[in-house]
Order: sequence, then C-alpha cells, then structure tokens
Amino acid sequence: MSGIEALLRGIDATDALSSQDTWLARRDPRALILTTLAFLVVVVSFPRHEVAALLPLALYPVVLARLGRIPLPMVGSRVLLALPFVLMVGLFNPLFDTSPRAELLGQSISGGWLSFASIMVRAALAVAAATVLFATAGMPRICAGLNRMGVPAVLTTQLLLLQRYSLVLAGELGRMNLARELRSAERGDMSLAVYGPVLGNLLLRAVERAERIHQAMLSRGFSGSLPIPQGNGWRGAETLFVVFCGAAFLAIRATDLPMLLGRALLAIAR
Amino acid sequence: MHMADALLSPPVATTLWVASGATLGWCSRRIRSDPREHLIPLMGVLGAFVFAAQMINFSIPATGSSGHIGGGLLLSILLGGPAAFIVIASVLTVQALLFADGGLLALGANIFNLGFFPCFVAYPLVYRPLLGLGGATPSRSRVLTVTILSAVVGLQLGALGVVVETKLSGITSLPWATFLALMLPIHLAIGIVEGLATAVVIAFIGKARPDLVDARAETAASQRAGSPTRVIASVAILAALTAGVLSWFASSHPDGLEWSISRITGKGEVDEGASAAHQVLAEMQRQVALLPDYKPASGDEKTSPGNTGEASEGEAAWPAVDAGTSLAGVLGAAVTLFLVTAIGYLLRPRRGRTPPRT
Repeated sequence: MSGIEALLRGIDATDALSSQDTWLARRDPRALILTTLAFLVVVVSFPRHEVAALLPLALYPVVLARLGRIPLPMVGSRVLLALPFVLMVGLFNPLFDTSPRAELLGQSISGGWLSFASIMVRAALAVAAATVLFATAGMPRICAGLNRMGVPAVLTTQLLLLQRYSLVLAGELGRMNLARELRSAERGDMSLAVYGPVLGNLLLRAVERAERIHQAMLSRGFSGSLPIPQGNGWRGAETLFVVFCGAAFLAIRATDLPMLLGRALLAIAR
Repeated sequence: MHMADALLSPPVATTLWVASGATLGWCSRRIRSDPREHLIPLMGVLGAFVFAAQMINFSIPATGSSGHIGGGLLLSILLGGPAAFIVIASVLTVQALLFADGGLLALGANIFNLGFFPCFVAYPLVYRPLLGLGGATPSRSRVLTVTILSAVVGLQLGALGVVVETKLSGITSLPWATFLALMLPIHLAIGIVEGLATAVVIAFIGKARPDLVDARAETAASQRAGSPTRVIASVAILAALTAGVLSWFASSHPDGLEWSISRITGKGEVDEGASAAHQVLAEMQRQVALLPDYKPASGDEKTSPGNTGEASEGEAAWPAVDAGTSLAGVLGAAVTLFLVTAIGYLLRPRRGRTPPRT
C-alpha cells in the first residue's frame, strides 16, 4: 500500500506548501491560472524539432517556485515521475525519422532525436509549471479562481470534495487491505474473487458515508456549493504579473535566445 | 492512457478543451435540475472511491500481470452519464495537478478520451440497450458479457482518440498503422480487465444493496429527455467548427505552413475568395498525411524556385545542414541552462529572513 501512503504524504505536503504566506500566494489565483495556461500554450507552440529555444522558458517554473517558496527538489521529483509515459511515445521518433537534421562535431543528428529531445523538454516544462501552480495556490484557491472565471460550481465542488475524501477513502482502503493481508496468506495483488467484495465493500461504505456527509452538510447550511475562500481580488499587481509573464513568453517564443547566445560566444572565441 | 502536454499541438488541445468544456457545462446544468437528493456528496465520495480503487490491484487470471479499475463505466452505471462525466473530469484534474499524470493543456483531451466515450457512448448506447433495463433481471453471464463489451467499446474509442489527437498534432513520427497496432490491442486487453473488474464490483453491490444499481437505472431512464445522441451530435458539430476555425487561424501561423501555401500558389489557380477554405483543406491534408514534414517538403523546395526566399529563415533552413548553427545551439542551450540554474540559486530563500511554515 505504498501508493496510498505516497498519496497521503503528497497531499499533506502540498497542503502545507500552499498555506505558506508569500507574495505569490497572496495574488488572485486567476492570475496564476492565466499565466500557467499561457505558458503551456507557448511551450507546445514551438516547432517540433526545437530544443534549445525552449530552454529559457524554464525560468518561469524556477522563478515562481522561488517566489512561492516551493522546494525545487520536489518540483524535480514530480517531473521525473511524469516522464516515463512521454518517454515511451517519444522513443519511437528516432526510429521513424532518420533524416539528418543537424550536425555536431562531425556527427549528424537525425530529426527523430531532435523531436524526441523536444518532447522531453516540453513535458518537463509542462509538469513543472502545473506542479508550481498547484503547490502555490492549493486546491481551494484554484477552485475559487476557476469559479470566478466562470467554471460551474458543480465542478469545483467536486474537485474540493474529491481532494478531501480521497484521503479518507484511501485510508479506509489501506486498512481494509492490511486486514486482508493479515488474515490470509495472500500478499500483494488479490484474486478477482476477492477484489469484487473488497471494492464493493469500500463502495458501500463510501455511499453510506456520502449519506451521512450530506446530512451533516445540510445541517450546516449547505445549499449546493461549498464556501470558497475570498482573496484580495484582482489589483494592479495581478495585471502587472500577467502582462510581464505574457511579454516574457512572447519574447522567448519570438527570438531564439540560446542560439543568439551561442553565436555570440562563438564569435568571441574566434 | 493519460496524454501529456508535450504530445499535443495548440489547435488540437484547444479543440478538445472546447468539446470537454461544453460537455461539462451541459452536464452541470443537468445536475442542478437532478431530483436525486444527495447527488453532490455522492459524486464527491464516488470520485474519491475511484481514486482510491486505482491504487489496489488484482491479479489477472492466467497471466502474470495485474490490473486495476479505471472507473468510467462503473461511475456511469452508478450515477448516470452526466454526473459520471463530471466526476471523471474532476478525478483527472486532481491527477493532473497532484501527480502530474497527464498535463493541464491535455486535460481537455484526457477528459474527452476517458470520460466522454464511457459516459455518453459505451454506457447509454451499449450497456443500457443490451441489458434491457426495466424488463426481467438479466442473467449473470449476460451482465458480465455486456459489461466487458461496454468497457472494451469505451476504451477502444478512447485509444483511437489518443492516436487521432497525437497524429493530428504532428508531434510523433509513428505512422498511423503502427500507432494503431500498438494502441488498440493493448487497450483491448485493458478493456477486458476493466469490464471484469467493473462486473465483479457491480455484482457485489447488486447483492448487498440492489437499490443503488436499480435506482440509478430508473433515474437514468427518466432522464431520457436529453438523449445522448443529441449530446454527441452537438459536441461533434462544435468540435468540427472549432477545429475548422482554429486551423484557419493556424494557417496564418508561419511555421510548417509554407508547404501548404506554396502548394496552393504553385498551382496558380486560386482566386481570393476560395483561398481561406482552400488553405484549411490543404492544412488538414498536410496534417493527415503520413510523415507530414518530410518528403513532400523537401521535394517541393527543390522543384519550385519561389521557395528560395523562405529558405533563409527558421524551419526552411534545414536541408542545408549547418554544423556551425548546431554548435551555436548546443552552446547556447548549455549557457541558458546555466543561467536558469544560477537565477534559481540566487533566488533561494535566505535563512532567518522568513521562517518557513511547513
């Protein structure tokens, strides 16, 4: 049940991180959501063989993680966890695309390897940005932002309930599984004949819990959506932040900074 | 089957965001008028259930491997299509944010592939009609067969969606046939496993609390008013429209489009009025073509003299492989990474200045 423990630890850690009081965390969550989306669009809009020109974008997650006091090793470990699936799909590119596309120190590099490297860089950037968004704003504030951006309350309520109750149900399932392991010689994966009753039982408990929760919520004045934290609202700082990030993204997209740097260095060396 | 951001192009990602977003809006309107009393907390708890259930595996008979439940079909059976779609969307969102499992930009695509097909195709068009709910209680083996079939249909369509979306994005070099041959058989196996797992859980619930399974079927039947075919039709139209409009915009985008434009101008028979539609078609053709960037592009550049002007900028420069450019790129990349690291180091929190509250 290491998966469940990892889930619990992960949620605890991000809860702690998102409750920090930093300049970034005080901003209206809409600003952070908007810049993250703009960042992702810029990342995937690069041509498929581009590698070096993408790298300046790494500034965004790094600077934001620092502003929001998110430990960089945590962001890095999320990136590493997410890469294997992308690796599987990208790995085929070098096999199918063997046309030479670049040359380095007498060695020609095929387009497939370039697009493979590009996919990996894009994936790393995207995961890092999403991790930083979640760790700085946290689920309640992201949902508040989404609500104010017009996302139906039914959906944000789902997100909040889901985050809360996945902890409860994961704990419950962990205890049920421990009990099963202690009472049977089985270790690890269970047979299908056991799986049905175990999950069925968990489902029944979950449904009964939902009925109790609903009673409790009604008695506290629940009227269809959860109360959501109200922030300071959109001010000049938010506009400035979004405009600055947007301009930086556009500048990075429009110019190939690493190439300019490299050319300048080569020129100096000669 | 979660897609990553890196595998999608902006037009494809946006199209699927629009499709999933429209479906979500429709579903949440349906849910507000749903008569079931504790539907909202039930949805929340069932979402958490699916989340937790995905962490426990069962061993697949006669093989050495193990599987777990995906949950799309199970949620549809327990909640009905619209509510299940919202729950799946929220599960995928939490997975994207918490575990970086599938990206935020790809979230629209993932919601569509993993939510739309089971909730609005497999459940209402396969599961319900074949089980003939409302009549006599179907036999156990029939329930099992239909559940497996529905799960397989949902997952095959989802896998097909992944292939089509990735190929239309033009990121992977895998040919269509190979990609399909990789994805479909794997997801046939996953679909059978999913169907088995769903069937055993439903069988247990049906014995312990039959009202849960049957009541859902009744309310689902009373929800006929907004038929799933209408949802599917409207989403399809919406998606086609967005795709058309977006690829039109993409046609004014400089990279990768030179080919389609040069083809059109090369024929020399384009009048102004038809050119936009023509470009859209050429763009679609380019995207649908096998290995879009390669043979046709290089062939065209050699034959048509009009292209020499473009060869000096960006994408078109590659037929003349230039070692100096590559070296500059690698050097520049290294320096950029160094600078980013240095900035990250300089911005590190100072000890003592602000006590971190963790």
